[in-house]
Amino acid sequence: MNLPRRTFLKGILATSGAVALGTLLAAVMADWPKTAFQSETVEGALNALFESPDSEETDKITIIAPDMAANGNSIPVEVKVDLPKVESITIIADKNPVPLVARFKFADNAEGYVKTRIRMAKTSNIVTVVKADGKLYTARRQVKVTVGGCGG
Amino acid sequence: MSMRMKAYNEEGLTVVKALIKHPMERPSTNEEGKETPGHFIQEVIFEHGGQQVMSALLSGGVSKNPFLAFKFKGGADGDMVKLTWTDNQGGTGTKEVKIG
Repeated sequence: MNLPRRTFLKGILATSGAVALGTLLAAVMADWPKTAFQSETVEGALNALFESPDSEETDKITIIAPDMAANGNSIPVEVKVDLPKVESITIIADKNPVPLVARFKFADNAEGYVKTRIRMAKTSNIVTVVKADGKLYTARRQVKVTVGGCGG
Repeated sequence: MSMRMKAYNEEGLTVVKALIKHPMERPSTNEEGKETPGHFIQEVIFEHGGQQVMSALLSGGVSKNPFLAFKFKGGADGDMVKLTWTDNQGGTGTKEVKIG
């Protein structure tokens, strides 16, 4: 947090009521994998998401992202999966304070494809884990980040 | 909060693109160990014909004003695609667009 103290305190006041609400909401949003999204390690996140987190490296997953990003706050990431029956795509930035960025779940008629924009704290790998036909596959791609997107 | 969304058919697939206006503040802990929960969208659900086609589970690691795009089969011109988002402070939003 690089916020001035006053702004920061205002933030606390504004959000203190929301904490209780957030707890209530957590019960409703059972689908949101809280433990995985709080894990500070890639391994911890994967263990929380998957019963058996072992995955097979594959070239059937294409990650489109810039090789270099001046600003880590908004890095476009496109994931294309050339495997049948894609159930989910999980996106991880392996050096972020909280590595798990997002998880996308697909119905049978959806393609194994997603595009979004993520924050990256520093030069690191975008790691994707894809569940397809009950099996886990993985691929990674490095992005060089000049100014990190997790500083404040 | 406002959002932009479009859905169109291309090469036998329906392409859906959405841009949701949201601060996507990450949870954080200050030097004294005080935690703030942040303010970010946790879930975005896309539906077509009353069926869920894609759900996105997000964190504060997704950029401010999140952009999401995906593709699905079986959407005809004129069908509706609906988006519903929920954030960690109980905020929610919805939008429906026609394919085409």
